Amino acid sequence: MATIKIRAKAKGGVTTVKTLMSHPMEPGTRKDSKTGKLVPAHYITEINAEHNGTNIMTANFGGGVSKNPYMSFKFKGGAAGDKIKISWIDNKGESDSAEAAIK
Amino acid sequence: MNLLRRKFVKTATFVGAAVTTLGSGVLLPQRAIGAYAEAAFAAKDVSGALTGTLGSDQHSASDQVKLKAPDIAENGAVVPITVSCGMDNIEGISIVAVGNPVPLTSSFMMTPACEGFVSTRIKMGKTSDVLAVVKAGGKLYSTSKEVKVTIGGCGG
Repeated sequence: MATIKIRAKAKGGVTTVKTLMSHPMEPGTRKDSKTGKLVPAHYITEINAEHNGTNIMTANFGGGVSKNPYMSFKFKGGAAGDKIKISWIDNKGESDSAEAAIK
Repeated sequence: MNLLRRKFVKTATFVGAAVTTLGSGVLLPQRAIGAYAEAAFAAKDVSGALTGTLGSDQHSASDQVKLKAPDIAENGAVVPITVSCGMDNIEGISIVAVGNPVPLTSSFMMTPACEGFVSTRIKMGKTSDVLAVVKAGGKLYSTSKEVKVTIGGCGG
């Protein structure tokens, strides 16, 4: 269902990771235009980023992050070929993860 | 009612996971810092949001925290936000849209390996300040910027 795209690039000792996840990110405050009922909340709550198996960053999201969330961050170290793993969990307990190599 | 139950189950799962981790004697850092700040994302005010996620709502304005956001967001559903900060020992960065029904949009917990940089896209219900709060060395530093929203992105 869901996919994660990861781009990671190492330059001058700093790796920039850019990631794009497909997720509806429903805040739970929006009304369905046809039925007039609230669309149930469905959003990513937690994202973990790992570099070669070590956690480097954890992000908590609420319903206030845009649909199909984009996230970018930087960390020291990392070389071409190293593995970056991004995984998320949403408020319904669904999860997904993806891995990519640093360029 | 169902929502409350959902929250309870989720919180219980996290607590359970933490206990299991401690019990096995292997303290995984991602579990320790990874617990979802449920209260912060339920808070309807900025102070509750910051206390829940960064442990305090006392923040001082600092020009070391740089917030990049558009002056006018034509579409409130997608407002690109970039926070960068040159400080050392950054523990966390939170992005708060002050005028949203739930102000806290996202919160990033950094390990020492991270540079002070995050970029994401947030929803904004109406024109308001966006507050970027950085926790470094136990203190909170912030920068805010007003973003005018022509079409809201939080329902309606």
